[in-house]
Amino acid sequence: MALLLTLLKVAIAIAIAMASGWLFRAALVAITRGETRKMLRTAPVSAGFGMLVVFVYVFVAVFAHVIAPFSEREIVGAQFLPWDSTHLLGTDNLGRDMFSRLIYAARNTVGIAFATTALAFIAGSFLGLLAATVGGWLDQVLSRVVDVLMAIPALVFALLLLTIFGTSVVKMVIVIATIDATRVFRLARSVAMNIVVMDYIEAAKLRGEGLFRLIIREILPNAMAPLVAEFGLRFCFVFLMISALSFLGLGIQPPTADWGSMVRDNASLITFGNITPLLPAGAIALLTVAVNFVVDWSLHRASGLKE
Amino acid sequence: MTAIWTMIAKRIGLGLLTLFVISIIIFGATELLPGDLAKSILGQSATPETVAAFRRELGLDLPAHIRYFNWLAGAVQGDFGTSLANKRAISDLIATRLSNTLFLALYAAAIAIPLSLTLGILAALYRNSVFDRAANALALTSISFPEFFVAYILIFFLARTGLFPSMAQVDAQTAFGDMLYKTFLPALTLTLVVTAHMMRMTRAAIINLLASPYIEMARLKGMSPGRVILKHALPNALAPIITVVALNLAYLITGVVVVEVVFVYPGLGQLMVDSVSKRDFPVVQAVALIFAAAYVLLNLTADVLSTLSNPRLVHRK
Repeated sequence: MALLLTLLKVAIAIAIAMASGWLFRAALVAITRGETRKMLRTAPVSAGFGMLVVFVYVFVAVFAHVIAPFSEREIVGAQFLPWDSTHLLGTDNLGRDMFSRLIYAARNTVGIAFATTALAFIAGSFLGLLAATVGGWLDQVLSRVVDVLMAIPALVFALLLLTIFGTSVVKMVIVIATIDATRVFRLARSVAMNIVVMDYIEAAKLRGEGLFRLIIREILPNAMAPLVAEFGLRFCFVFLMISALSFLGLGIQPPTADWGSMVRDNASLITFGNITPLLPAGAIALLTVAVNFVVDWSLHRASGLKE
Repeated sequence: MTAIWTMIAKRIGLGLLTLFVISIIIFGATELLPGDLAKSILGQSATPETVAAFRRELGLDLPAHIRYFNWLAGAVQGDFGTSLANKRAISDLIATRLSNTLFLALYAAAIAIPLSLTLGILAALYRNSVFDRAANALALTSISFPEFFVAYILIFFLARTGLFPSMAQVDAQTAFGDMLYKTFLPALTLTLVVTAHMMRMTRAAIINLLASPYIEMARLKGMSPGRVILKHALPNALAPIITVVALNLAYLITGVVVVEVVFVYPGLGQLMVDSVSKRDFPVVQAVALIFAAAYVLLNLTADVLSTLSNPRLVHRK
């Protein structure tokens, strides 16, 4: 009976998700014009739902200080208070408001993950495009270095580097960005390899275009579609990695609110049948699923498949 | 026949070379630290005498390449030096934990591989059915979940009722059956994390082949769909399947770190996490080397096996 009830709840949740995805897509179609509108109209419901979730997260992250009833670090009551009207989700292991921390964490965790991904992306794609365009020994050196760095499991490598440099947010961002840049490099290089042999690149070279102009004006626009999809996927990996490190107590440090460490700090509640610690973990999972939905759609579009 | 063996020998040689370069990186990473390692570990307040003594203890007064070869020679013989935190021999710390971690990873693999291959074949057989779509959606979501989320959901549903223990506390005396029971939840977590990917790839590898003329021929002979897939498609899909299985086993190595911490399982991952926060870098280096070696070894095995699974490469004209 309890199982049936759970299944019913899951079914209702899926139905609500699909309906809200559909509505959000309809709303987007209504407010956009031209090409964007045509593109959105053919988007699957799952992508609509994904975009809605991403939009909500960004909104919450930007307006965290307006939405949250309490501050991020303030101790407002006893430890582990149950859910009530003042503390919507109760309090955490130090007596801080859980709901407020959950909202501030959207800003911290998502913001840091986004910055890390952007850093990895700029470095990785620039070096990848450069290696493919210049070729020769530069390509050989960069590719071999990347090969070796990729042969070490990412999390293990991150842990090793954090031991040496010590744990802080800035160091973690640099370490993860470096590790992920190697993956971006691989993709950017292989995409650019197919572009540099095109006639228009030859023409641009003969026109006397400089190296950087060639990369930015001629190659980059044509490599954009797979790179954008990769950005979404990379964001998911970086986000999960940062959450995992924070969960292990080695990432974002207290008292900064962050979903990974919130799970760790309050985990003892789970054995008492309280689902509060699952909420930050669920927030992580929901965002990754949503981004994956959007990426799936954009990959599908980029591949030129029709249904 | 000889061509294939030289190819495999070359591949193994390349693997060993990779491992050698990795060991240089793992060792050399400490050299990246600006300034003095001893000073940065002891902190600003350390007196010059303590720093000097500490440097001698770490062997930092020797040049880097000599320290590296001493370290590597020790590591090959299973001697990784001593821990900074508790001055014990690292090999003692690692010994039982390594077998615990291997046990957990193999346990998870023993459930995950047959499960995902079966599900993948079924999904290919009943493609585009409700079963296929549901399996696909589940796969996509489970890839996106952080390991600790899966672990805590399992604890919430299975451990709270007392069905399984939420802490996998084992030691050398724990009997095998008891060990299987106590580590069931961590193993199940790892299984859930890796099954999705393997299943999707198995399905894709088989479906890719279904358009080939020889599959159509088999169908026209009146073979049942199940037999077509098992006898004709599967053997040719082996190479990509082996690759993805190895990839996921390698993934288990990193997945194990988080899962061990959640379930307080005395394995290498937990040792590594503890040592990172204590900045006990000899221990971290040793564990990182073991993880990286396992990773390289698995990828190597996958390469060799997928080469061997292709008759065109084995019996070359």
